[in-house]
Amino acid sequence: MMGRPTLLLLGLALLAVFPWLAPNFYVGLGSTALVWAMFALSLQLLVGVTGLVSLGHGAFFGLAAYSIFFVTPESGGLSILLTLPLAVAVAAVAALVIGALALRTRGFFFLMVTLAFAQMVFFLFHDTHVAGGDDGVFVARPVLGLGDLVIQTTKKTRNLVGYYVNLGLLAAMYLVLAWLLRSLFGRVLTGIRINEHRMRALGFDTYRYKLLAFVIAGALAGVAGHQWVMNDGFVNPELVGWHRSAEALLMILVGGLGFLYGPVLGAIALTALGEVSQLVTERQLLVQGLFILAMVLVLPQGLAGIRLRRRSAAGETA
Amino acid sequence: MSGFLAQVLNGVQYGLLLFLISSGLTLIFGVMGVINLAHGSLFMIGAYIAYVLTAAAAPLWLAVAAAVAGGAMFGVVLERVLFRHFRTREHLDQVLLTFALVLLFEEARSLLVDNDFHAVAVPAILDFSVPISADFSYSAYRIFVLVVCLLLAGLLFLLIERTRFGAMIRAAAVNQEMVQLMGLDVAKIQVAVFALGTGLAVLAGGLAAPLYSVYPGMGDGFLIVSFVIVVIGGIGSVSGAFWSALLIGLVDTLGKVLVPGIAGMAIYLLMALVLLWRPSGLFARGG
Repeated sequence: MMGRPTLLLLGLALLAVFPWLAPNFYVGLGSTALVWAMFALSLQLLVGVTGLVSLGHGAFFGLAAYSIFFVTPESGGLSILLTLPLAVAVAAVAALVIGALALRTRGFFFLMVTLAFAQMVFFLFHDTHVAGGDDGVFVARPVLGLGDLVIQTTKKTRNLVGYYVNLGLLAAMYLVLAWLLRSLFGRVLTGIRINEHRMRALGFDTYRYKLLAFVIAGALAGVAGHQWVMNDGFVNPELVGWHRSAEALLMILVGGLGFLYGPVLGAIALTALGEVSQLVTERQLLVQGLFILAMVLVLPQGLAGIRLRRRSAAGETA
Repeated sequence: MSGFLAQVLNGVQYGLLLFLISSGLTLIFGVMGVINLAHGSLFMIGAYIAYVLTAAAAPLWLAVAAAVAGGAMFGVVLERVLFRHFRTREHLDQVLLTFALVLLFEEARSLLVDNDFHAVAVPAILDFSVPISADFSYSAYRIFVLVVCLLLAGLLFLLIERTRFGAMIRAAAVNQEMVQLMGLDVAKIQVAVFALGTGLAVLAGGLAAPLYSVYPGMGDGFLIVSFVIVVIGGIGSVSGAFWSALLIGLVDTLGKVLVPGIAGMAIYLLMALVLLWRPSGLFARGG
């Protein structure tokens, strides 16, 4: 996977400057896009790096979000220093359990099993009434700080502060994944994607590597889920649904499967597209469906892929 | 006791309906190697065609027959236009493509019909209760559905195990290139299998309409359960799909009655158990 430091820094700078240029509503939207970007980025570790297409990633996102609800008292939000590790831990444990079972299968079986487990988690929240059932429930947002040392936000500044927290976490997540990719672990995962049998023949216990990747990806999805609650203050079973996971897959495709920053690009592009299309028509499913068809048929390499092709064409003729 | 018997029959009937859907799924996947998330939408399409036609005063049997004929033809079109070209594509592409179809079918339903919940009437000749024992009678329509599904299961079994065409299907599920080298037209087999699978799903939807009513997203639940059945039954195995469909139907229905707490989760726990014990499925064919 290619990282292009200057391009990435430029992108980061653009993202950092964005809130100063845009009205408050769009800052909030951008903040949501960043949460999606984190979710899609966590999934990229499975899909783009290891070649594991999962439709159940939303389960970890949702479980992390719901875990905040279960520990937060009605009176007010808890410190992020408490809720974030908890959310990540919950997501990681769930990923360990589900991954241990799901990774006993391959290919489309794996896809179906992850989908089924996500559905199971969906029913867990939907059918029982532990957390508002189908309707969902409001959660007091986690606060930045500990004890008395808290960064207070008003309704006006909340979007702005939240945006930068998300941006910081996204950047950190990206750096962690980029570092992982360069490590032996990352290379084994890439090898597994390209040819798992060969990796086994070389002596690697691919099941363990895949499971570790699955747990890390789940944990990172937990970060995204936590940030969703910080943004939105509301959880419902839809967070866990496979439609969400499919949208994350779409973000990866749109951004570019072969690039670590692909999902970020895809998340931003899709959020923007969603806003624009809502202005045009109420038939959102139609727009989404047609868009996906177009992307898969015409541009399966994603946005990042376009640039690559042009460059190599120029390189070859030069 | 009679309540329990009713639930067992319900479970079997539910399982058999699921079998119609999942047999198509496992065949399409076995022979073509394509995952089709829109398979549940086909079920919904069958149900909605049944609703629309019966609302226009057509008898149910005619509505279902029309739905199946239309569905099979639609399956041929889908295969020719889309799925044929996607066999060799990445998993991600197939998932997203069929997901797009799910969205488009939902939107088409919304445009052509509406977003409401609709009941579909049980045909008058079957609208009675069959007395089974002294204090227990069961809906005749449900028995009808049960019988039809069993007949279809039997026919499917005969087709796959006892006919030349079935042998071709089984061969194509194992090794497509070999089948082609032996001079058989793999493309024709694939179209036929796809049309068959589509037709079965649509038929299931049409039969199910009076039982479950029609509503947006009704295919989703059946789709995911069908996936569970395919995972438990083993890929490409129609008989595996049959037994695991029955198992799932019973576990789900009885589970909801006996242990309401875990209700919807029961079948997924079952799947987890199977994955622990026999990851390739209980009835997997030759690995």
